[in-house]
Amino acid sequence: MKELICIVCPKGCHLKVDENNDYKVTGNSCEKGVDYGKNELINPMRVITSTVKIDGALHKRCPVKTSTSIPKGKMMEIVKELDSITLKSPVNVGDVVIKNVSNTGADIVVTKSM
Amino acid sequence: MYDIIVIGGGPAGLSAACSAFENGAKNILIIERDKELGGILNQCVHNGFGLHYFKEELTGPEYAERFVKLLNETSVQVMLDTMVLDISNDKIVSCINTKDGFMQLKAKSIILAMGCRERTRGAIAIPGDRPAGVYTAGSAQKYLNIDGFMVGKRVLILGSGDIGLIMARRMTLEGAKVLACVEVMPYSGGLNRNIVQCLNDFDIPLYLSHTIIDIQGKNRVEKVIVAKVGEDRKPIKGTEMEFECDTVLLSVGLIPENELTKGAGINMDMRTSGAVVYENMETGLEGVFACGNVVHVHDLVDYVTQESARAGAAAADYVLNGEKNGEIITLKNGTGVTYTVPQKIRLTDNMKNAEIFFRVNKVFGLSKINLTSNGEKIASFKREHMAPGEMEHIILPKVLLDKAKNEILVEIDNEV
Repeated sequence: MKELICIVCPKGCHLKVDENNDYKVTGNSCEKGVDYGKNELINPMRVITSTVKIDGALHKRCPVKTSTSIPKGKMMEIVKELDSITLKSPVNVGDVVIKNVSNTGADIVVTKSM
Repeated sequence: MYDIIVIGGGPAGLSAACSAFENGAKNILIIERDKELGGILNQCVHNGFGLHYFKEELTGPEYAERFVKLLNETSVQVMLDTMVLDISNDKIVSCINTKDGFMQLKAKSIILAMGCRERTRGAIAIPGDRPAGVYTAGSAQKYLNIDGFMVGKRVLILGSGDIGLIMARRMTLEGAKVLACVEVMPYSGGLNRNIVQCLNDFDIPLYLSHTIIDIQGKNRVEKVIVAKVGEDRKPIKGTEMEFECDTVLLSVGLIPENELTKGAGINMDMRTSGAVVYENMETGLEGVFACGNVVHVHDLVDYVTQESARAGAAAADYVLNGEKNGEIITLKNGTGVTYTVPQKIRLTDNMKNAEIFFRVNKVFGLSKINLTSNGEKIASFKREHMAPGEMEHIILPKVLLDKAKNEILVEIDNEV
């Protein structure tokens, strides 16, 4: 039995998901909580935001993100890959820094023109 | 002579300036002390911004850039790297930069959009040594995300406000070990989604009803002692826990930055630490408006944008049509209500409604927001859930406002 706080709406229901019983969700007040609780245990997805080095810009770091959400378990692997990147100014919002990062189908893209 | 001078080029100032321009004001100037526009959004590299306003999930820099682009399509002028020193009550702005030196600029209208700053260790008086390694979460965020410095390796976070939660995740992703997040209140001040995505995802424990009772260290932080607190928020003997760490991040609240406001003699509200404002965001000083976190601390930048757009439109209206006059209704805080913004509503002929924002002082389940005037019921709104961390919002149509005399009392009734 895993306990979760539902993040679908600000109410924040305290869900209980039984992974041994077909991911049965209890503690929810609406149907959306059932979906959230199930997905959160079966395949939780997250967007990663971080920074990489940049030369020739106003600041030393350029913010980046994954273009879509990626499996939660791959987060640390992906941020490690960012350590080796150094961008050169100018860059624009949406510029691809790494294509198909860690085989997730998501790209690492620039989130600030600098 | 400028039509409007906007002080601050963060999300509030950007939105106010764009809106003032759209509503017909011509000669508009934004004064910003940093070297770029966007304010604190620039260091908020995480996502979750813009869900309400743009209907998509943006990072802080992306949100800022959208508004800078909008601004670039207007004739609004921008003065960067310039510090405003003083505002006089006849609307002369004294400011200084390294290029032009000291300047005194006159405006028909001023919009205050200076934002807020973080409460510090001094503000909450944490006992113990005074070693290096104690930062406010927002300062650490700037060092890490903009300047590229790793601020610590073993981190304890005091306060569960959103910035603290966000920094727990950022520090972890950058290779630090975040030992715990400690919150003196029995509930978190941050959004649930941040507790899930920033703490639970990385198995960082959240200790509610706990606080730091001692920081130890000669040069750098070496050890922090945490204890459980009782209902009186005083530490309980025998519940102490020791954390060996080199860094403490403080996320213990934000204070609107109102030195300029006070200097101009503008009437302040002790509860919001911001100026007292009317429904159009005008302060007690005619032609001076305020918006964003300088008025009251908001949960979401989207709400700052909306409020600031109203302030910008009202400032343009003031420049073009002059001061509004009308009967004044004072909003009073009843049971369960910490503050309201606006604090006053001015009834004018062409107004359609007034938006009221407020915070409750504890967590409420199913309950009613009751509005009365001198004992007579004006309106009632039902809510399933309310919490101090989530700003409440109601819209009062003019027909209901007309029923009020002199004052409206806002209170929470949980006996539904």
